[in-house]
Amino acid sequence: MTASGVVYSDVIRERWRRPRFRGDVPGATAVAEDVNPLCGDRVRVSVRLDGPSVAAVRFVGDACAICLASADVVAELAEGRTRDEAAALKTEDVLTVLQADVRPTRMRCVTLPIGVLATALGRAR
Amino acid sequence: MRLDELTRPDFPILERVINGRRLVYLDSAASSQKPRQVIEAMVRYYERSHANVHRSIHTLGEEATELYELARDRVREFIGAQSREEIVFTRGTTDSLSLVADAVGHTLEADDEIIITELEHHSNIIPWQMAARDRGAVVRAVPITPDGHLDVDALRRLLGPRTRVVAVAHISNVLGTINPVREIVQLARSVGALSVVDGAQAIPHVSLDMMSLECDFYAASAHKMLGPTGIGILYGRREVLERLEPTRGGSEMIKEVWIDRAQWNDLPWRFEPGTPPIAEAVGLTAAIEYLEKLGMERVAEHERELTRRALTSLAALEGVRVFGPGPAEDRGAVVAFSVEGLHPHDVAALLDAEGIAVRAGHHCAQPLMRALGVVGTSRASFSVYNSPEEIDALVSAVEGLRSAL
Repeated sequence: MTASGVVYSDVIRERWRRPRFRGDVPGATAVAEDVNPLCGDRVRVSVRLDGPSVAAVRFVGDACAICLASADVVAELAEGRTRDEAAALKTEDVLTVLQADVRPTRMRCVTLPIGVLATALGRAR
Repeated sequence: MRLDELTRPDFPILERVINGRRLVYLDSAASSQKPRQVIEAMVRYYERSHANVHRSIHTLGEEATELYELARDRVREFIGAQSREEIVFTRGTTDSLSLVADAVGHTLEADDEIIITELEHHSNIIPWQMAARDRGAVVRAVPITPDGHLDVDALRRLLGPRTRVVAVAHISNVLGTINPVREIVQLARSVGALSVVDGAQAIPHVSLDMMSLECDFYAASAHKMLGPTGIGILYGRREVLERLEPTRGGSEMIKEVWIDRAQWNDLPWRFEPGTPPIAEAVGLTAAIEYLEKLGMERVAEHERELTRRALTSLAALEGVRVFGPGPAEDRGAVVAFSVEGLHPHDVAALLDAEGIAVRAGHHCAQPLMRALGVVGTSRASFSVYNSPEEIDALVSAVEGLRSAL
């Protein structure tokens, strides 16, 4: 196995190389941004609500591969759900999609986009 | 014999295998590894001599006190201070700087000015911000030049009658720049300001002489100089220490106590409340003896060679940017770099997969990261036990990174 195979799953590498949800939502209902104080990773998430449901989610980030892959997955998982369902997304949900055994020291990279999404959805009330 | 060949057998941790490869430890600027001599001295102390210091009238108490105070004498010699009263033990560099900022902070008035620099570690920024905030004083920063040096002319322009403190790193923990601290100390003195030097990165790498440096304060940690965590050094020029009020109270720092008042102890104990890090002081003594046996000139030369090799080879790689002064210049044993298209944390994780330990992120220097226009960097740093082959292993791993992700 190559060095990167040990550290990053295929899903992380694929999502990092070719993100599907990168960008800003035009006419966003709410936007939130946060940084990871440990590493300086920065992620912004914009959402558009259509009644109770999450119509669109996009992210922009200046962050590591794990964090950006997580943001892409978070956006995908949130779209089409109700606001409350999306706000209840858990770390395990994202890890399942990433198919990655993320170390404790990098777990904040996974959770940052989840927190930013929750903040954005909170603001959309 | 090369220095790494000589020292390597003394560092048991370097035998570890990480991810199937023998550990290449290139993170000594964050914390160095410890030789057996240090570890064994601390074990011996706990097994034979431990008791509380200074007030125990029994054999162990006397031994512990003697060992603790011996460390002070060793530090005094090692950094060329005039007297042992000028050596205060703290918990680390951050604690030392914080102690100075607290004590000096109490003497500040509104609109007084504290000058720091753009390349400071957060531990030489935040305590000054706090001191300034409490007294209505102002913090200003000396900018860096594009090649990673302090803009000393800008410092000259910042100095004025309101300047009370000039706080500067001896060696940048990111750029490796060796700042002209002697000149800066004199500039500070010319306007009647105190000079405070963060020596965390310098003490393991260069010979120090407080008497010729003439700074008012110098802060350092044992754990970056082959010693244990949990003990720091604060050198304070005697006449300055004498006129500062202690800001931390408790046992040890007093002579006599009444319900409503107390008389402070003599220097240096006045600034050391509570039970000090005794075993750590014993470890620090062993670390100093180890370094002195190698010879600081030889240590510096070895690390200069490694740094030069890393700078030259990394800079030659396509898509790799190296920060700080060039290889021709004397600089600290750190090399910060970035790899195009890769986040520094990914660089560190991929290198770790090959058993190579480097630091990545903002290195507790966010204002500097902003000045450099980057979110963070990866940083390799070197110590006595690192070999040229390890530098080559780093360079070849970095070369393979861009295709790895």
